[in-house]
This record gives sequence, C-alpha cells and structure tokens, in this order.
Amino acid sequence: MPPLAQRNLLHDKVRLAVTLTGIVFAVVLIVVEMGLFVGFTVTTSSIIDKSNVDFWIVSKHTPYIEQGAAFSERKLYQVLATPGVANADKYVVRFAQWKTPTGAEESVQAVGFNPYTGIGGPWNVVEGNVEDLKTPDAVMVDELYKKKLGVTRVGELFEINGRRAKVVGFTRGIRAFTTTPYVFTGFKNAQGYTNLREDQTYFILVRAAPGTDKKALQHALELRLRDVDVLPTAKFSSMTRIYWMFTTGAGVAVLIAALLGLVVGVVVVAQTIYATTMDHIREYGTLKAMGAPNSYIYRVIITQAGIAAAAGYVLAMLVSFFVVRASQTGGAAILLPWPMAVGIFFLTLLMCTTAAVVSINKVTSIDPAMVFRG
Amino acid sequence: MSAAISVRDVTKVYVEGTNRVPVLHGVDFDVEQGDVVLLMGPSGSGKTTLLSIMGCILRATSGSVQIAGREVSGLSERELPGVRLQHIGFIFQGFNLFPTLSVGENVELALDLKGTRGPKAKDEARRLLEQVGLGNKYEAFPSDLSGGQKQRVAIARALSGSPGVILADEPTAALDSHSGRNVMEMMRDLAHKHGRGVVVVTHDSRVLEFGDRIVHMEDGRIAKSITEAAA
Repeated sequence: MPPLAQRNLLHDKVRLAVTLTGIVFAVVLIVVEMGLFVGFTVTTSSIIDKSNVDFWIVSKHTPYIEQGAAFSERKLYQVLATPGVANADKYVVRFAQWKTPTGAEESVQAVGFNPYTGIGGPWNVVEGNVEDLKTPDAVMVDELYKKKLGVTRVGELFEINGRRAKVVGFTRGIRAFTTTPYVFTGFKNAQGYTNLREDQTYFILVRAAPGTDKKALQHALELRLRDVDVLPTAKFSSMTRIYWMFTTGAGVAVLIAALLGLVVGVVVVAQTIYATTMDHIREYGTLKAMGAPNSYIYRVIITQAGIAAAAGYVLAMLVSFFVVRASQTGGAAILLPWPMAVGIFFLTLLMCTTAAVVSINKVTSIDPAMVFRG
Repeated sequence: MSAAISVRDVTKVYVEGTNRVPVLHGVDFDVEQGDVVLLMGPSGSGKTTLLSIMGCILRATSGSVQIAGREVSGLSERELPGVRLQHIGFIFQGFNLFPTLSVGENVELALDLKGTRGPKAKDEARRLLEQVGLGNKYEAFPSDLSGGQKQRVAIARALSGSPGVILADEPTAALDSHSGRNVMEMMRDLAHKHGRGVVVVTHDSRVLEFGDRIVHMEDGRIAKSITEAAA
C-alpha cells in the first residue's frame, strides 16, 4: 500500500504539530496524575516494602504501620525459638517531636531498627553509612527534609522528644506519605525517642530460613504467639496502602484526579485524531468511490492513528522524564515505573485507535457520491 | 458489439424527511464499447445521479442496470465496491488526486486496491503515466502539476486495472481550452482505440466534437439522443 497514512500525517506540519501536542499533553497529564497516585501509594508502605523480611509481627488488629501498639519483647525470643526462623529483630515506627537548636519543632517518625543486622534500616544512603547508627544518639534523615528539619550537614545536634540526636548521614528519596519525615536510628535510641518501655517493641521483623515453607512458618508463629498478628510483608504493605489511599480518602482524591486526567487525556486525543481524520475526509470519499472496501480505509486511518500515538508517546515520555526527575526533589514524588510506562504506551495506542474508530464511523458513512459535488 | 452499460427504466427518488424527491423517471440508456457518450443538460436534470447509478455509487430506486453484462441493481452495498473496482474507472471534475502522494503513488494506490502491488505496480503505474504523456512526472506531487496534467494523472489512475467503463464528471470544467481538448482526445482514444465505454457528463460545449453520441437530459428524463453521424 502506498504510504497514504504516513503522508497524510506528515504532509501538513502545522496539523502534525497540533496532533502531537494534543497527544503529548494528554499522555503527560496521565503520567503526572497516575504517577502521583503510584508515588503516593508506594510512599505509604515504603518502609515495609524495603524491609526485606518475610513477616511483620504486629499487635492484634493493627490496620497500618503507623498504628502499631507496643507489646512485650519476650515474643522476640518465642519467634527466634520457632523452627524455620532465620532471623528476627525488634522494630519501631512511631511519631516523635524533633527540635532544632533555634527551638523550632517538627513532627517526625522515628524508625528504630537493629543496626547490627541492618534489617529494616535505611536505603539509598548517600552520606555516612548504616554502621554509624550503632553509636548512641545517632540518626539519619533524608536529604529531602534537610530544610524542614533545619539540618545542613552531618554532625549537627538536635533533640527528639527531649533526647539528644546527632545526624550521622543522609538518605535520598525516602519520603513519608504523611509528610512527617522518617528519622532512622538504632532500636535502643528509638525506644528513648518514642518513650517505649525497655521491655517492649512495636513490631518484630522475621526472616524465614532458606527453603522454609512460609505458610507453615506463619501458622507455627500464629500458634506460638498470642495477642499479635503475623502478617506476610506483602499483606501488611497492602493493608497500609489501602488504609492511607482509600480508608482515609486521601488516595481517593488522588485516584479521582488520576481518572480525570485519563478522561481529559482520552477526550483531547479523541478530538485531535478525529480532527486529523476529518481533514482528509474527501480523500476517503474518493477511495470509497474508487471501490476501496471499508477495511482498506480502516487500515489507513488506524495506521495514521497508530503512528501519531507512537510519535506522541515518545515525545511525551521525554517530557515526562524531566517532570519525573524534577518531582524527586519536590514535595510529591511522581513515579513512572516501567510497567506503567508500558501500560501508558498501550493506553495511548488504545486512545488513538478508539478515537480513530469514532472517526471511522463518520468516514464509512460518507456518501461516495460526494466526489461528484465539485 | 455488446453494451458496456445498459440502463433500463431506471428511477431514482431521494427521500428527505417526509418528502420524496423524484430525480430520474424511467431512464433507458446504453453505452456501447468503443463509444464516447456525452451526457448534457441543465443543472438538476439528473445527469450526475445517472452517472452515480451507472458507477454503482448510488443504487437506483427501481429498474435495471447492467455493467459488462452483469445485473448490478440487486447487489448489496457491500457488493457494489467490488463492481466499481473491477469494471469502472472514475475521472472527477476536481481531479481528486491524493495531494500527499506522488503522481506515481496515486496510480499505485489505485493498482493496490485492485491487488497489484510491489515492483509490478510500479512498472504498471509508469506504463500508465507514459500512456498519458507523464512518464517523467512519476516522482512529482500533484501540487507541482498544471490542471491538465492533474487530469491526465486522474486518467492514468482511472485506467489502472483496465476497466471496461470510464465515467467522467465534468473533466474539462477546471481546464483551459487546450488542456480540455487534450483530455478529451485521450478520452476518445480510450474508447476508439481500446474499446472502452466512456461517459462524460459535461456542460462544456467545446467538447461536443469528441462525442460519438450526445444525450440531453431534462427533468430526470432523456430529452434527446443524437449520434455524431446524425448530428
């Protein structure tokens, strides 16, 4: 087939620019809205997802990570005595008050972990290292919150709930959904920062020994431990996400925005592709008059839409790349994981071809006798 | 010689809301192979409607239409494009070339519709363009051509697949007299030398000398039919 679709698209540069601008606008809008949703969702459970353990043992009916209640640390020994457990550590995630030397206060979430095993510790450490958290009063915060917490460099001293805290390093990109920064520290420090009794913990993180049947281990732990829930990491992550994104309504707003972005994107693309097809309506009428079957005309129009979709997608991804990068240092992360990027490609194709199909209905209903009307 | 087109007692009524507008009233009309028939008459006389029915673009309300001996009046909307492809070449007043395709590609597109593709289509397109004197314009675009040249490309396109019938709607209306004569000479050659049935709807009295038969229409009827010899 002569390249009618390609030529139709490339012939009028202004129309091409308008078409691609429409698609790029729509795709970037979708990336931003969906990326915000994914960003928020991932952020709510990042501490759980990055813990790299198999189970979280939490107080009974804990709905999400910020809501754990303290329980006796004796359960740690019961866990360690359970066959199939390779490792287990106490863990704290709790709100506390951060105080700068100037007296300004900020809410933070103290994350206390065992710095000797590193389980549940910080990731993406860009200054200092996790080992430094073995020293008393040592804390690590994220670069994103330096300004908020009044931190400028390693070695500075602050107070958390009236206790000394010394910044020994920084992480990059560890956000908190609640906008309350995480402060990583050793478990013992965290007990002090959160007024947790010495014989208590909020969570126990459990790693199964290699080759262990995890279902069976969960069952064994549930039999052995009272008044706690034994949650697979994925489940606790999902519970936390669902709580923040849907139960609180915070995520619903973001989700609605994402869906609206999708609808606006579809409308923009539909209008753009429709207009592009209508520009060539007389040519399609000529094709029909010459005897082209509808399938031939569908192919031209869908090819045209497909090329526009692919070109628009590539440009939109370039723009999105910069938007996503810029968001990393901003207040809200826009994430574009590759499965989402692939999904958006197919969504773009779908939007463009659907819009083309709408215009096809118009084209196939053309009266071929139009070609005789001057 | 058998008729390229045979129209018997054809009527056409357009329905506009509750109104029925009759446009053709029992038209009988034949186009023989090798004949150029000029279809003339005032605006609204039904010429273009008759041309559209003969071209299988419109369906008659009643009556019989045969193209190359095949009855087409009973065919469905899905079957008519196949008849157009196989038997009929169209030439339009506004040329209706695809502006984004080169001259050669315009002809190749018509060949593609008829199943001729690749190098064979290129060779055939070149041959057809040479036949209309535009062998050197294969790579040119319609916007680079004069009106007469565009109409010659349209003729080359109409000839793709060697249809037995050529239907032309005001082919000289947008051309100067020299180009118009040139185009009509080609039409005559298509009929006389290649045995095609050619129907030309026209208002242009300058082309009268090229018709083997001149059919006048008025109010949806054939008012008079004059053969060249009789004229």
